[in-house]
Amino acid sequence: MTTPATGVGAPIRRKEDHRFITGKGNYTDDINRPGQTYAVFVRSPHAHAKIRKIDAAAARAMPGVVGILTGADLAADKVGGLICGWMIHNKDGSPMSAGAHPALADGKVRYVGDHVAVVIAESLAEARDAAEKVAVDYEVLPAVVDLASATAKGVGTIHDVAPNNVVFDWHLGDKAATEAAFKKARHITRITLANNRLVPNAMEPRAALGDYDAGEDSFTLYTTSQNPHVARLILSAFIGIAPEHKLRVIAPDVGGGFGSKIYVYAEETVCVWAAKRVGRPVKWVADRTEEFLAVAHGRDHLTHAEMAVDEEGKILAIRVKTRANLGAYLSTFASAVPTYLYAPLLSGQYDIPAIYAEVETVYTNTAPVDAYRGAGRPEATFVVERLVEVAAREMGQDPAKFRLKNFVKKWPHQTPVIMMYDAGDYAGSMRQAQKLADVAGFGKRKRDSARNGKLRGLGYSAYIEACGIAPSSAVGSLGAGVGLWESAEVRVNPTGNVEVLTGSHSHGQGHETTFAQLVAGRLGIPIEQVSIVHGDTDKVQFGMGTYGSRSGAVGMSAIVKALDKVEAKARKVAALCMEAAEGDIDFKDGKFTVKGTDKSMAFGEVALQAYIAHKFTGQQLEPGLKEGAFFDPTNFTFPAGVHICEVEIDPETGVTKIEKWTAVDDFGTVINPMIVEGQVHGGIAQGVGQALHEGTVYDKNGQLLTASFMDYGMPRADDLPSYSLGFNGTAAPSNPLGIKGCGEAGAIAAPPAVINAITDALGHEEIAMPATPQAVWLAVQKMAKSIAAE
Amino acid sequence: MYEFKYHRATSARQAANLLVKADDAKLLAGGHTLLPTMKQRLASPANIIDLGKVAELKGIEIKGKTIVIGAMTTHAEVANSAAVQAHLPGLAALAEGIGDPQVRHKGTIGGSVANNDPSADYPAGLVALGATIVTNKRKIAADDFFQGMFATALGEGEMIVKIIFPIASRFAYAKFPNPASRYALVGVAVARKGASVRVAVTGAGENGVFRWADAEKALGAKFSAKSVEALKASAKGLNGDMHASADYRAHLIGVMAKRAVMAATAK
Repeated sequence: MTTPATGVGAPIRRKEDHRFITGKGNYTDDINRPGQTYAVFVRSPHAHAKIRKIDAAAARAMPGVVGILTGADLAADKVGGLICGWMIHNKDGSPMSAGAHPALADGKVRYVGDHVAVVIAESLAEARDAAEKVAVDYEVLPAVVDLASATAKGVGTIHDVAPNNVVFDWHLGDKAATEAAFKKARHITRITLANNRLVPNAMEPRAALGDYDAGEDSFTLYTTSQNPHVARLILSAFIGIAPEHKLRVIAPDVGGGFGSKIYVYAEETVCVWAAKRVGRPVKWVADRTEEFLAVAHGRDHLTHAEMAVDEEGKILAIRVKTRANLGAYLSTFASAVPTYLYAPLLSGQYDIPAIYAEVETVYTNTAPVDAYRGAGRPEATFVVERLVEVAAREMGQDPAKFRLKNFVKKWPHQTPVIMMYDAGDYAGSMRQAQKLADVAGFGKRKRDSARNGKLRGLGYSAYIEACGIAPSSAVGSLGAGVGLWESAEVRVNPTGNVEVLTGSHSHGQGHETTFAQLVAGRLGIPIEQVSIVHGDTDKVQFGMGTYGSRSGAVGMSAIVKALDKVEAKARKVAALCMEAAEGDIDFKDGKFTVKGTDKSMAFGEVALQAYIAHKFTGQQLEPGLKEGAFFDPTNFTFPAGVHICEVEIDPETGVTKIEKWTAVDDFGTVINPMIVEGQVHGGIAQGVGQALHEGTVYDKNGQLLTASFMDYGMPRADDLPSYSLGFNGTAAPSNPLGIKGCGEAGAIAAPPAVINAITDALGHEEIAMPATPQAVWLAVQKMAKSIAAE
Repeated sequence: MYEFKYHRATSARQAANLLVKADDAKLLAGGHTLLPTMKQRLASPANIIDLGKVAELKGIEIKGKTIVIGAMTTHAEVANSAAVQAHLPGLAALAEGIGDPQVRHKGTIGGSVANNDPSADYPAGLVALGATIVTNKRKIAADDFFQGMFATALGEGEMIVKIIFPIASRFAYAKFPNPASRYALVGVAVARKGASVRVAVTGAGENGVFRWADAEKALGAKFSAKSVEALKASAKGLNGDMHASADYRAHLIGVMAKRAVMAATAK
C-alpha cells in the first residue's frame, strides 16, 4: 500500500472528531423544518391492560394542540404494524407465534411505556401539557414479568397467538450424538446462569422528524438509525407509509447505537405518518426516561448448561437449555438473537464433537428485547467460558491449560453448530495474553493482596464471534428476511477528489476516517481529498447498514470492489491518453506510468481526462470515472481472542476493583489501530458494565425500578483500569481485505473474564451478574470461614 | 417543567421578603435537586427565587475557633478553601467527594443542608461537628435542624444564611457510594473536639442522618479504629432497597466508621 502515513494500518486521528468536539455535529434533534410541530407520546403506566376508552376531548382543547392520534387513526389509514424480520420455526416445523405489534395500541397495552396515543402541538411544552390531559380508561390485567414462570399455567396471556406466552421452541445441533457423548463422559460440569437484561443507553437518545411534501406526495424521515435503507424498506413494504421512491430516510450524525438503533420503532413510524395527517413536520426526541422504558433492551436469558469431559480433559459435548425473554412484542431482529446469533457460537474456540442447544423464547410484559452490542454472542460466550472455567476447576486443571488442550488447532474447522471457522490462532493469542498479563507473577500479587486483607482473582475469557454479517444465501436459508451484502459507489470528480457513497452507517465507528484511509491509500491521493457519504437513502444507492461488526469486513469490501473497477477504468483512460497498450500501464503511488518509458500521469490528471474526454472517442471509452459495487461475503468472519481480567476484592465492603485488563484480539487486518483500540476499550467498558454494574429490575407489576441513572448503574471511567492490548491478526479469507471486525469483541469477551476472576478470588462459583458490592459481599460471607483459616 | 415565575434576588433580605410574599415559592441555591424534579414535573413551584447573585451569602471565614461558611458557597469553594483545608481538612475532603465537578461548582452548602436529602454528605458533617445553622431568623443546632427525610426545622419564610462549624481536632468523613447514583449508600462522619466525640451516619437511616451512640461511647473512651472494629450497628430503622439491604448497610456503617477514624487519625 502507498502513503503509509494515512493508509491502511495508520493510527491517524479521526476526521469526524473536529465537528463532534466543537459542537458542529448534525444530529436529528439539530434538524428543524419550517412549520415544525412536536410530538409527545401518551404511554401506558400499566404493564398489561385493556384500553376501555381513550378520551382526548379535554386534551384537544388545550392551547397549541395540532392533533391527537391513536391506533384507530393508524388503522383507518391502513398503516401496518411493526415487524420482526427473521422467521424462526419451532422444533416441530411450525412458524413462531408473532403477535401483532401496532405502532399505537390497538385496544391493549403490554408493557409500561407502550404507546397509547400521540399528542402533536406547536411546542414541546404544550404537547406535554396536553398529553397529561388525555384520559385513558384501563382495565388492568395481571402482569407477566418473571422470566422463569412466564409460561406457567394461569399467569395470563399477552398475545392471543401465543396462549402460553411461548414465541417459539427451537433447537440446534445433534441431540442423539450429544446424549451419546454425555454417556461416555468421565466428568460432567453443570451450571445454571442468568444473562442479565441491559438497557443500551446510547449517549444520544432516539429521535425522529417526519416531513411530508404535499406537492410531490413524498415523505422524508430524519431518524436515529443504524440502517436508513432497511428502515425505508420496512416502512414502505411492510408498514405501508409510502412506496420506497416516495420515502427518503436520512440518518444524520447518530450518537451511538450499540444495536438499539437498528430497529424500526413505533415513534418514528408515527412521526412520518402523522406529518401527512397534520400537514406539518412532526418532531419527537426521547427523554432519558423514555429511552429506559421503550428502547429495545438486550440479553435476558436463563440457561442451564452442561459440559461432558473425558478422562484426559478433552471436551466431548455441550448441552444447553436456554429460556430467552423477548419482552412484550417482537422487535425487528428479536428472534434471530437467541437463535442463530447465539447457539452457533456455543462451540467457542474449542474442538467439541457434539453440541445440542434448545432455546425457548417467551413474551413478558416488559420492554421488547433485541440485539445489543454482541447480540447472542455475549450470551453464548458467557455460557461456554463459564462452563470451561468451572470444568477445569472441578477437575483440578489449570484453566488456561484446559483451554489450550481443547482449542481448535487446524483451520478450516467445521463445528457441529453451522459455523466453519476459517482462520485463527487461538493458542497463540492465549500465550501472548498470558505474557502481557504477567500471569506468572499472579501468585505473588495474590499473596500481596492477601497481606492487605484483599482477595485477588484472575479470570480468562477465550471468546469467538461470528461477524462480517453475512453471506446472504446462508442467512436466507436460516430465516432472514433480507440479504446481508453491502454496496458502495466511488465517485471520482474531474478535479481528482473522491466521494465514496456507502451503505454502511457510522454512529461512532469512525468510518469517515477508516474508509477514507482505504481509498487514499489505494488511489495514492491525500486523505483530505476523500469524503465519505452515508446515511441518506436519496444519496446512497442502497445499503444494509452497520451492526454485527460488518462495516469493515462487508462495507469496506464493497468499496474495494468499486475501487477495482475505478482503477480498471482509469487504466484504460491513462492508456488512451499516453497512447500505450493497456497492459503496459502500471499504477503505483497515485501515478500511472507506461512500462519502459518515462511517460506518467497522476491520478488527478487521469480523472480530469476521463471527464474532458478529449483524448478518446465515445466508441473507444465511455467518459466519466464513477463505479459502484455490491459485495456479498462468502462466510462469516470469526474474530477471536483471549482477555484476562485480574480483580482485587475488598471483603469488608464487597467492592471489586479491576486491577489489570489484558486483551489479545485477532481482528484480521486492522485499518486504524487507534480506532480499533478505542472500540476494544468501549466494548470492555460495556462488558464490565454488564458484569459489575448494570442490572435492569422490574417489580412484580412490571414497573421498571431502574428507569434512571440514579438506579441503573452505568460503568464510569474510574471503574476501569488502563488496558493492556495486543493484536494477533490472521487474515479473514472471506473478504478481500482480510478484515474480521472489532466492534463487539470487548462486550462479548468481558463478562465471563470478570466473573471468572471474581469466582477465582472467592473460591466458589456462586455469583450472578451484575456482581455489585452487595452481591459480592454476600458471596464473601459464604467463604468467611476459609478466610479465617488462612 | 411547568411554567413558573423567576426572581433574581440581590440581597438576603429581599430574598426573604419574596419568600414570604410570593405564592408557593422555592429558593434556588444550586438547583441540583430542585431543577431535575421540576423537569420531571414532580415539583411545580409557582415562583423561583434565585440566590445565585446574593454576594453576602457567599464566603468562608475563620472566626475564633470556628469556620463560618455562607449558605451560597459552592462545594468546590469549600473543597478548595485554604482555610478549610488548614483547619478542617476532613470537611474539605467531604466537599470534594460530593457529586462530580459540575455538581461541585453549582451546588451549595446551604442548598444541600436545606434539602436534607437522606443520602447527602453534608448532614453527616454538620451533625458530627455540632455545627450551627444560622437562618434569617435564628440559630439552630445541627442536632435539632435535621428532622427526617427531606424535613428540616426551617419554618415558613426562613432561609439559611450561614453555617458555623466548630473546629474539631479530629474530623473525617468516609462514604460508601451507591453503585448507580454515587450518592452515599452509607456515609459516616466522626469528630473529636476535646473530650467530646460525635459520630453521624447519612445514607443509611430511614429518617436521614442520625448519631451512632455506641460508636461515640467507644471512641470517647479511646479514639482509635480498633475501638469501633468490634461494634455492630443495628439494622433496625435502616433503609433496604435493591442496592443494599438494611443488614448490608448496617455492616457498612461499621466499616465506614472505622475508615473515617483511620482517616481522622492519619496525620
